[in-house]
Amino acid sequence: MSPVASPPRALEVRGLVKRYGSVTAVDGLDLEIFPGECFGLLGPNGAGKTTTIEICEGLTPPDAGEVTVLGRRWDREERALRERLGIALQETQLSDKLSVEETLELFRSFYSEPRSVDEVIDLVSLGEKRTARVVQLSGGQKQRLAVACALVGNPELLFLDEPTTGLDPQSRRQLWEMIEQFKATGRTVLLTTHYMDEAERLADRVAIVDHGKVIALGTPQQLIASLGAEHVVAFSLAHDASVSLETLRAVEGVRSARVDAGTYELAVTAVHHALPALLGTLERSGLALAALSTHSPTLEDVFVSLTGRALREG
Amino acid sequence: MTDVTHAPSRGMAASPPPAPRGWRDRSIVQLTLVRLREFFREPEAVFWTFGFPIVLAGGLAVAFRNKPAEAVPIGVVTGVAGSDRAVNSLKGTAGLVVDVLSLDSAERALRTGAIAVLVVPKGDGAVEYRFDKERAEARTARLIADQALQHGAGTVDAVKSTELTLTEPGSRYIDFFIPGLLGMNLMGSSVWSIAFGVVNARSKKLLKRLTATPMSRAEYLLSFVLARLMFLAFEMAAILGLGVFVLGVPIRGSFALVVGIALLASFAFSGIGLLVASRAKTVEAASGLANLVLFPMWIFSGVFFASTRFPDVIRPVIKALPLTATNDALRAVMLQGAGLGAVWSQLAILTVWLVVAFPLALRLFRWR
Repeated sequence: MSPVASPPRALEVRGLVKRYGSVTAVDGLDLEIFPGECFGLLGPNGAGKTTTIEICEGLTPPDAGEVTVLGRRWDREERALRERLGIALQETQLSDKLSVEETLELFRSFYSEPRSVDEVIDLVSLGEKRTARVVQLSGGQKQRLAVACALVGNPELLFLDEPTTGLDPQSRRQLWEMIEQFKATGRTVLLTTHYMDEAERLADRVAIVDHGKVIALGTPQQLIASLGAEHVVAFSLAHDASVSLETLRAVEGVRSARVDAGTYELAVTAVHHALPALLGTLERSGLALAALSTHSPTLEDVFVSLTGRALREG
Repeated sequence: MTDVTHAPSRGMAASPPPAPRGWRDRSIVQLTLVRLREFFREPEAVFWTFGFPIVLAGGLAVAFRNKPAEAVPIGVVTGVAGSDRAVNSLKGTAGLVVDVLSLDSAERALRTGAIAVLVVPKGDGAVEYRFDKERAEARTARLIADQALQHGAGTVDAVKSTELTLTEPGSRYIDFFIPGLLGMNLMGSSVWSIAFGVVNARSKKLLKRLTATPMSRAEYLLSFVLARLMFLAFEMAAILGLGVFVLGVPIRGSFALVVGIALLASFAFSGIGLLVASRAKTVEAASGLANLVLFPMWIFSGVFFASTRFPDVIRPVIKALPLTATNDALRAVMLQGAGLGAVWSQLAILTVWLVVAFPLALRLFRWR
């Protein structure tokens, strides 16, 4: 088994289709995830991320397509596969009346070679809440416990569906650190998110998903580089004035231009040339700026340039 | 070869034998512990299972305590010929309390049930009895009053009779009620605890989360039944303890048989609970369904009054209900000292419910 000829895959998905009535949630989706990789499915709400990950988790049967997890199929080796996977669903409410420790003891009892409860509690920094009931935990602590339940079976492959949605910034960072620690042990993660910063920070590779299809695939750096822009310049004009996108695209160094709710966004190379040129163009047209900012391009900009919509718009 | 062999943890094919684990690490033990914890940490559930039947039995024991042969009120119309003689004959008759009333107020008293029988003297020593013949106590009072009036007018008994009266534990209302209460409680707690537990977990997506682990689904469902058996011990101790030691309800037959009936009933009702829980997505839907199943049995199965009061046409249906079978069997063993041979038909009915409900529930069961 030469890695060059046929690299092993932790997860392989071919031609996945799932319909709910007349709605096609997943529309011919392919994925390849390699061992030790953290792979992000990035897309707006309703893009089909959750359906895709739940099919991979063996919880939802696909209408068409093939899923191979750790070299095995769900229909034949479900029980053996479940031993090797850790899963955190998007919305599970663990039993309010159990303590953190009791919840983990329960999940631990399902696995043949689990980690110890102490170890997992340390891993998710819930030591102080060990004997607290689930009902007393904050949203972030509950989510850490959910991830702890996924880790207690000592999985090789971790599925996380929107692990930080709705959490405060500090809880998000704590969860990111936990996921990074898991990655550092060389194991595989598949996570879905609609936060570009989360995907950029955690994922080795990202698939951008929209309408049930992968519309872009690569490392975050590759995807951002595909914009061909070094910076994004965003501005708005005073007095609700407007300027044509044609004019903007003609400015030196501007690769593309779009406008959304009065905010213009230009993808530019060589911002030190493009910005003075832009200001000159606006001044010649007698237009005053209300706001101006520049930032390095992000996955958000990639999504916007691919779909014409912002991620959060869904 | 597509297996991921360089994953840092164990490979699946070559997994070493599981390390020895304590009994507490077994999933069936953990699942059952969770059931017990969830139950005992819900004070309301504890009250409705243990406190409520005791309060109910206590209340009914007070309401239906055996009073010294209760006297029945009867009325005699005053101010007509023969009134005084009738009153004199009836006064002091054991079992009657005599009210002397005007015709108006006497009729009102009869209508409202304040008196059971109204005696209207008709002159010439004749009397008319007015009463509702649907009321057993009214019929009795009429007989007693008639006999007193006949004796007062000089009738002599043709047959000499003497009386030996007795009060026997086992024939009181509370004796009838305690086995029914036990049956009702077994049914209610089995159906509710399983339906609520399962549907609550389903509505919170906890069932779905559990099926994403290697957990055995059979063990999950079995944990509810095992937890039921433990509650059963507590319930029986509470209800029978109160019945036997406080209220003096007899257990004339074998105690082991009482336990056996309760066990079998508990299993059968667990199957019904599982059936109720098999598809409902919300706790509200499950409670509606549970009420639909339980309510007819509260009425028909002879908890508060004997099911023989219902018309013969529907008696076979009533007899086939699991709660009727439970109550009839418990009463037969506790009150009449019946043995296994006398209650086999009830046990057979419960067994049929058990073997039909469980497989059907498992077939219908939705894990998410």
